[in-house]
Amino acid sequence: MSGQALRAVGQGHGQLGHDELGQPRMRLAMRPGAWLTWGVLAFFFINLLGVIATVVLDSAGRQWFNTWLPTGWTGSWYSEAWSEFNLGQVLIATLEITLAVVAVSLVIATPASYALARRSFPGKKALSILFALPILVPPIAYGIPLATVLYKFHLAGSLTGVILANLVPSIPFVVFTMTPFIEQIDPKIEQAARVCGAGTMTVLTRVLAPLLVPGLLAAGILVLVRTFGMFELTFLTSGPTSQTLIVALFSAVNSAGIRTSQSIDAMAVLYTATMAVLLVITLRFVNPTQLIARTSD
Amino acid sequence: MTAVAAGPQAPAPDPGTVRGRVALTHQLAERGVDRVLLLAVPGVLALVALFCYPFLYGLQLSFQPAHGGVLGAYKAFFSDPFARKSIWQTFALAIPASLINVGASVPISYRMRREFRGKRLLLAVLVVPITLGTVLTAEGILEFYGPAGWFNRTLHLLGLSSSPVKLTMNYTGVLLSLVISGFPFAYLLIHSYLSGIHPSMEKAAATLGADWWRRFRYVTLPLLAPGLMTTFCLTFVMTFAVFPSALMVGDPDGSTHVISIEAYEAALQRFDYAQGCADAMIMTALMLAVIVAVTALRSRLYTGATGGKG
Amino acid sequence: MTTGSLPGTAPPVQRPRSQLRELELRGVSRAYGAHLALKPFDLTVRGGEFVALLGPSGCGKTTALNCLAGLLPLTGGEIRLDGRRVDTLPPEKRGFGMVFQNYALFPHLTVRANVAFGLKMRRLGKAEIRDRVEAVLRLVRLTEHAAKHPGQLSGGQQQRVAIARAIVVQPPLVLMDEPLSNLDAALRLEMRSEIRRIHQEFGLTTIYVTHDQEEALSLADRLVVLRDGEVSQVGTPAELYEHPVSPYVAAFMGYRNMLSLTAMSGDTAAGRGLSVTGTPGGGPVAAGQPVTVAIRPEDLHVAGDGEPGGGAGTAGTAAPAAVVGEAVAEVVEYHGRTLHVEAVTAEGDRLHLRTSRPVHPGDALRVAAAPERALIFPGDGSAP
Repeated sequence: MSGQALRAVGQGHGQLGHDELGQPRMRLAMRPGAWLTWGVLAFFFINLLGVIATVVLDSAGRQWFNTWLPTGWTGSWYSEAWSEFNLGQVLIATLEITLAVVAVSLVIATPASYALARRSFPGKKALSILFALPILVPPIAYGIPLATVLYKFHLAGSLTGVILANLVPSIPFVVFTMTPFIEQIDPKIEQAARVCGAGTMTVLTRVLAPLLVPGLLAAGILVLVRTFGMFELTFLTSGPTSQTLIVALFSAVNSAGIRTSQSIDAMAVLYTATMAVLLVITLRFVNPTQLIARTSD
Repeated sequence: MTAVAAGPQAPAPDPGTVRGRVALTHQLAERGVDRVLLLAVPGVLALVALFCYPFLYGLQLSFQPAHGGVLGAYKAFFSDPFARKSIWQTFALAIPASLINVGASVPISYRMRREFRGKRLLLAVLVVPITLGTVLTAEGILEFYGPAGWFNRTLHLLGLSSSPVKLTMNYTGVLLSLVISGFPFAYLLIHSYLSGIHPSMEKAAATLGADWWRRFRYVTLPLLAPGLMTTFCLTFVMTFAVFPSALMVGDPDGSTHVISIEAYEAALQRFDYAQGCADAMIMTALMLAVIVAVTALRSRLYTGATGGKG
Repeated sequence: MTTGSLPGTAPPVQRPRSQLRELELRGVSRAYGAHLALKPFDLTVRGGEFVALLGPSGCGKTTALNCLAGLLPLTGGEIRLDGRRVDTLPPEKRGFGMVFQNYALFPHLTVRANVAFGLKMRRLGKAEIRDRVEAVLRLVRLTEHAAKHPGQLSGGQQQRVAIARAIVVQPPLVLMDEPLSNLDAALRLEMRSEIRRIHQEFGLTTIYVTHDQEEALSLADRLVVLRDGEVSQVGTPAELYEHPVSPYVAAFMGYRNMLSLTAMSGDTAAGRGLSVTGTPGGGPVAAGQPVTVAIRPEDLHVAGDGEPGGGAGTAGTAAPAAVVGEAVAEVVEYHGRTLHVEAVTAEGDRLHLRTSRPVHPGDALRVAAAPERALIFPGDGSAP
């Protein structure tokens, strides 16, 4: 495995002496390290696979108790979960919330990231900290006061309240995702457009917007994925009609134990499948490392 | 004098006023203050309304508990041994989990820093745990590592243990869930920091006589250190806020009664908003203290460009 | 060893003795899959020599250098240093110095620590490291910048740190990969003489990769011209300048006029309204064969009125110049005492020439060249 990895090393990347040619001494020397690396990763992936597979199998098994595999298979848990947890309504709410958060955060945050990328001004550092804080402070910590405020304004429990709460981490996230995209657009392009007689609106719509499409796409998808998976804020601010899938899932687990673990697992699989579809779409547009964070450093 | 000129009904401004205005806008523009900054206003207003105001409101609320005076809620937190212990329990989970995640990521990503076939696939697979969501991870951990789960069955089959090892509904369960969801996060971040270090750095070190260990020790590690600190901070934020998994695979009334559970229970189960907000403030303060400490440490390191020219 | 030293070639100037007697490359090659980036390559470098590998990007010169440094494994062949085989050693065991194109200075270390790095890796004593670093910093004139970080230095200063770092370990061989390509023109000239000075003062053996023929001609004792991973010609600057073996090398050496003509005899060619008397450059030429005639702009001049040859611009040329053909001046640039003229023949060929006479755009010119300055190569210029 490692040998193949080494052989695939491309041009311009020196191998620093660990090559496959007539250097058995070097190769032996690097073996334990390579094996350990692959071993740790393999162990991690086996555990990960086990965790996922047990849930998937359980959701499709008739009964599973103290055996390697469930006894008998059924798809009934899925239909049961669908009706029992009112998943149709939950999915619609989830869709409304995530799309609204994506749209609003893009509209609000893109101009801000433009200002931050293009200008250096007194107080820029303070502004950057303001944008970084919602990413750094745990959602639970600001979620509780936020929920209190939303209760005060009678917004808690409504779709609006959930959308507002989810905007808090999404706006900074868009700002930090978009800033590098904007920075790499040469300001001279805008100046050239102005010299050619384009007004501010024309510059925005004809010059900047097309160049920003990849960035907007990346930021939008990333916010979508994060909002879909955001548990704490939605949990703290949602009501019965404004739950997203992940909150409904958690409530199902935590409410009284009348439900079988299988139907919860079925729901969890549905959640993960949706997330996986989103992920596949995401990976077509963005680099995996971007999915994690583009925070200030 | 600018006030006079600013009025829309102002008569033809005298030359001095005009010059004053021009000079002011010029001065401001010189420092980067111009109309472009207005673009940041909606974002700032949104965050002020949805983040700063609630936060300050919560802070203010935390000083108005039902009883016990201004600092009553904080006194209540620190005088209750069960609540006080949640601080220790949060750190006991967050620090080992962050160290494991960052510590395992460094050697693995160092070994995989070069291009090889299937690397993109590997990175994509590493993103999977992020999509799992807390509930599936929790359910999976309960079933996979549970007494009758595959993990214990395998241990039994291999003769490594005679009776099932208890890995869930306790500290270990939460730690496992933090590693499963946090390791890919840390790995991907460190991977991107590492690929930001120009390959010629290590080549140069090699031609100067450094073997792989000393190349890592004297060149790559110092260049990676700021990134490691940032990754540690972000991983720590994630693990510090551990909430759903502490409830589901942990022992929320015992060894994994972390501070976020304490805050949640106060605010949304006992409906004691003042206490809940006070807990949230304590949590924020602790977190920021750690971040400030790590950032201070980081600022003492080299934090410039990592390769290329210079 | 017995083979390397050439009897009778005393070093031209008094310089420190090089530690290396001979570096030998035998059949060194490098393939990426089916693509041969470097075809089997032989070269012997003597101690104290300055050898330049010259060629356009993608010709394999950097590959060759990386193979030498040990940063790329060889696919075939061997490298011997004074008879000792080194191609199986990892880069850190070869002990060569290398100057990278982007300098590859360690950004987190000061200039002093950057330079000391190689000595530290060799586990030398603190006092010795200090002394040697100070000495080499003095040599590259960076003593007052020793405490700075690379990011605080200018391009030329960074360049000198990179050189200092490579030579402080007193390597038997110094490898330089386009070290001047990131500098601006004026600085490049200055650093060029600086590199040559350091090479001589330190008694280095240097292999230098560049795509700039001027740089190579002015720096190197010997040039290796590469093309598509293959050696086109090896020789001293004078040899390559006067006697390129192919149109490719000629083009690289500044032969700007490349005329595709037909051979009339062994040393004459004609076609497209031109006729040239020249010297066969790369092997015999038969009449009727397509040929490429290569002439430098400075060897092509305006023929005097009525004179068949021996124009004013060819002072020092022994053979009389022969009229090549007629052309109309199109672009005239003033360069000090001479004019650079671009003229177009009736057939549309562009001729580049120099003259000291007043010429204006639109003037009809008779263009002449001395026969030994016009090189005739078999094959038309379009084929590789």
